[in-house]
Amino acid sequence: MKRIGRLVVGVLALGGVAGAQTTITIATVNNPDMIVMQKLTPEFQKKYPDIRVNWVILPENELRQKVTLDISSGTGAYDIMTIGTYEAPLWGKNGWLVPFENVPATYDLNDVLKPVRDGLSYGGKLYALPFYAESSMMYYRKDLFAQKGITVPGQPRWTQVAQWAQQLHNPRGGVYGICLRGLPGWGENMAFISTLVNTFGGRWFDESWRPQLTSPEWKQAISFYVDLVTKYGPPGVTSNGYTENLTLFSQGNCAMWVDATVAAGYLANPKTSKVADKVGFAQAPIAVTPNGSHWLWSWALAIPKSSKKVEAARTFIYWATSKEYIELVGRTEGWVAVPPGTRLSTYRNPNYLRAAPFAEIVLKAIQTADPTKPTAKPVPYTGIQYVSIPEFQAIGTQVGQFIAGIVTGRYSVDEGLAQAQAAVEKIMREAGYLR
Amino acid sequence: MPAVPRRRKSSLAPPTFWLLAPAVVFLALWTQVPLVLTLYYSFQRFILVNPDLRGFVGFENYLSLLTDPAFWVSLERTLVLVLSSLGVTLVFGLVLGLLFFQRFPGRAWMRTLAISPFFVMPVVSALIWKNMLMHPVYGLLSWLFRTLGLPPVDWLAQYPMPSIVAIVAWQWIPFATLLVLTGLQSLPADVLEAARIDGAGPWQEFRYIVLPHLARTLSVVVMLETIFFLSLFAEIYTATSGGPGLATTTLPYLIFLKAFAEYRIGVAAAGAIFAVILANLVALFLLRFIGRNLRAEVRG
Amino acid sequence: MKRLRPWLLSLLGFLASFLLFFPILWMFLTAFKREEDAFSLQPVLLFTPTLQSIAEAWTRSDYLLHVQNSLIASLGSTALALVLAIPAAYAMAFYPGPRTTTLLLWMISTKMMPPVGAVVAVYLVYRTLGWLDNIWTLALLYTAINLPVVVWTVYAYFREIPAEILEAARVDGAGVKEEILRVLLPVAVPGLASAALLSVILAWNEAFWSLILTSAQAAPLAVYVASFKTAEGLFWAKMSAASLFAVLPVMVMGWLAQRQLVSGLTFGAVK
Repeated sequence: MKRIGRLVVGVLALGGVAGAQTTITIATVNNPDMIVMQKLTPEFQKKYPDIRVNWVILPENELRQKVTLDISSGTGAYDIMTIGTYEAPLWGKNGWLVPFENVPATYDLNDVLKPVRDGLSYGGKLYALPFYAESSMMYYRKDLFAQKGITVPGQPRWTQVAQWAQQLHNPRGGVYGICLRGLPGWGENMAFISTLVNTFGGRWFDESWRPQLTSPEWKQAISFYVDLVTKYGPPGVTSNGYTENLTLFSQGNCAMWVDATVAAGYLANPKTSKVADKVGFAQAPIAVTPNGSHWLWSWALAIPKSSKKVEAARTFIYWATSKEYIELVGRTEGWVAVPPGTRLSTYRNPNYLRAAPFAEIVLKAIQTADPTKPTAKPVPYTGIQYVSIPEFQAIGTQVGQFIAGIVTGRYSVDEGLAQAQAAVEKIMREAGYLR
Repeated sequence: MPAVPRRRKSSLAPPTFWLLAPAVVFLALWTQVPLVLTLYYSFQRFILVNPDLRGFVGFENYLSLLTDPAFWVSLERTLVLVLSSLGVTLVFGLVLGLLFFQRFPGRAWMRTLAISPFFVMPVVSALIWKNMLMHPVYGLLSWLFRTLGLPPVDWLAQYPMPSIVAIVAWQWIPFATLLVLTGLQSLPADVLEAARIDGAGPWQEFRYIVLPHLARTLSVVVMLETIFFLSLFAEIYTATSGGPGLATTTLPYLIFLKAFAEYRIGVAAAGAIFAVILANLVALFLLRFIGRNLRAEVRG
Repeated sequence: MKRLRPWLLSLLGFLASFLLFFPILWMFLTAFKREEDAFSLQPVLLFTPTLQSIAEAWTRSDYLLHVQNSLIASLGSTALALVLAIPAAYAMAFYPGPRTTTLLLWMISTKMMPPVGAVVAVYLVYRTLGWLDNIWTLALLYTAINLPVVVWTVYAYFREIPAEILEAARVDGAGVKEEILRVLLPVAVPGLASAALLSVILAWNEAFWSLILTSAQAAPLAVYVASFKTAEGLFWAKMSAASLFAVLPVMVMGWLAQRQLVSGLTFGAVK
């Protein structure tokens, strides 16, 4: 009996020492910058040896589903959630997130770009800290354009882009005129399409919340999009989201690509891109209006109220979004690969400016993306590539599917938009926006 | 069948009730109770992310589905998937079953390899087919087509349902093959001998002796595969996510979307009830059809 | 039957088995390639094998946790299913009553119900009970899903066992428990093994409930592999590496137990 007693005490003592270890679970997207963050976890452990990090890496659509389910049901499976400028204000408003108050001075919150900070706040409180922020822009192959003697202005127009796509489309040579998102998802194809509709003068809802999907601007924008991707896009457009197109362009298969500014680092990095020295950068194309032509987004780290390890989670988030982390990535992965768009200091850092020829364009894009003025005509909502209402996840998902159906020829543009319009009206009616 | 007559209930018989109860209660708790709950939820408005909107809404969810073109499309897609997969697996299962029934060198290990797809996790199967075989730029099929001078096909975008059927069939042909093989092994050799002596050719042998004998096995294959195919999910989730458009959105996948992507529990529950009704109708139909045929075989 | 020459049959057999097995083989090879070799326009047949992709796939998430979860879910649910099924099958096989057939048919009917019929309710109940993202509660669910199959397989096997063996034990004064444990089970091991095998395979490969009910702690291999469903740059080698261990154990088990599986899956209808 005595021996067992001593054994028990011994085990408890050990447990006491080991018990100082906390494990936090972080859910994130399978984008390259996040994967780098995971790779650098040992550096975090060195600094904070009693915090273990458990990673759940998911594709974007699935991450959103899982995280939304988890937080709305208070399950508490995740201590840190990777969310964006869509979720942060809405969930902050619902009281689902732990606000970031009393941020230490060493973190230098004022260094974080204002539009990004605003995008992650509600009612004056900050609910997530940005890991990276982005707008959208155009990437193109300088070498291919030079061959055809075309110069790309700093601010191209969509009509020009259509022409260039035709001229540069060379499937036999493995180069497609233009790569654009087609994967259905409110944060996948609809992010891009919303900006296209905006710049063509369209809007999601009028001032009375009536859906506008059958308006002439929508028809024009979608017809243009479908035409462009079916004639000059790669095969399998409707399976291509951000990461697929990133792969295609970096492997040399696209002449042009309009997508997130965060891709710039990956594309200009010889370690990850076969065309690193051939990439050209320009602002996202415009059509009728510059409003809403490029989006504002930030993937940020937030702590759900249901987490039981708020302190440890906060420690990790401060680490991963700090100037020191950016410098760490600069040292280990190269300055071209640091998470962009979050801090002014990054854009004043000579190391970064030297390694990243796109820095100025990206900074300008982020600073001119205004979610409060996303369209030509007035609207009752904020948000450029989404509408800041809780129902938008359902709306965007459904409309995204219909547009993919138009691209694959399942519906004509009119049929597809009519069905999408009906679906959106249904949702808005059931949610009480429409009578 | 045991030779000794079994004991009926006597004072020495064990309490069968208590032997059966745990299994029955457990099963009822996990299958019947949820069904009743689903029925209850189907009459509620319940949005997971907006919990304030709860309330009894009668048949509104059912009507919402019946007036939703996506619902009817999903029904049609489900039938297409099930019937196509059945057709392909039966034909190839029969052919391969007959093939491996013959004696030839190497048949043992060849058969072992041939049945492997059935044990591969459906998620993995879908990933292998979607990426390494069917990818329109880097996939093996694309390389094959290019070598033959043909333009590569984007299988999952241009022929989504046939692609899913291909993935499902690849996994289930081995299943059908195994069952056919086992069924063939119970074929009495003397019947075949008699037929051969009478001068019957291979086709007649097949048509008048083998096929009728396999009727029972084939009906088992049809029944089981139908049950599994009606609720296929992993392949669609992994390979196409129901798209493009609604091309591969079957009823189970639609319900999944309604519940976990649109967070509309009430509508999803109504859809689930429809799915259960569909499964029951199919089961009834199958039992009658197969039962009738089997009885005819036994009599004739 | 077909009076074809054996060599022609061998050729056909080889073609069929090669075509069917090839995707698995290709995945297996890809797991040992570097990403550049895996993701290229021309298929790479000759390559230097590397363990790098496997290392990356295994460190990206807690791979051992996923393996552990798969093991708990499949072995745990099988063990519980056997514990529940053996007494029930014993009662039905050796003491059949007027309700036995109804009971058996009812059990089969629960297997016919589509999972979507229960998913909403199970998710909500689990959520209320705090049972989400818990591998043990997932195992409980798997038990219920596989119970009909296990009961049927064990029942069919018990029916083949002559009752005299049990008679002898009863004459010696053994109670029901001893009868089952000391006499019946040792004899029934082959049948129990095939039932167990079937249940393990079905639970291991399951990917519907596991996707919906688990998030981080309880994710089995199926869920981890599913996280590769969208492109992440060059990722095929990692994807194949992650799938290796998800596929190998079950495939080998299936190879070894082909016949028993047929019998089990068809509820004894095809032996």
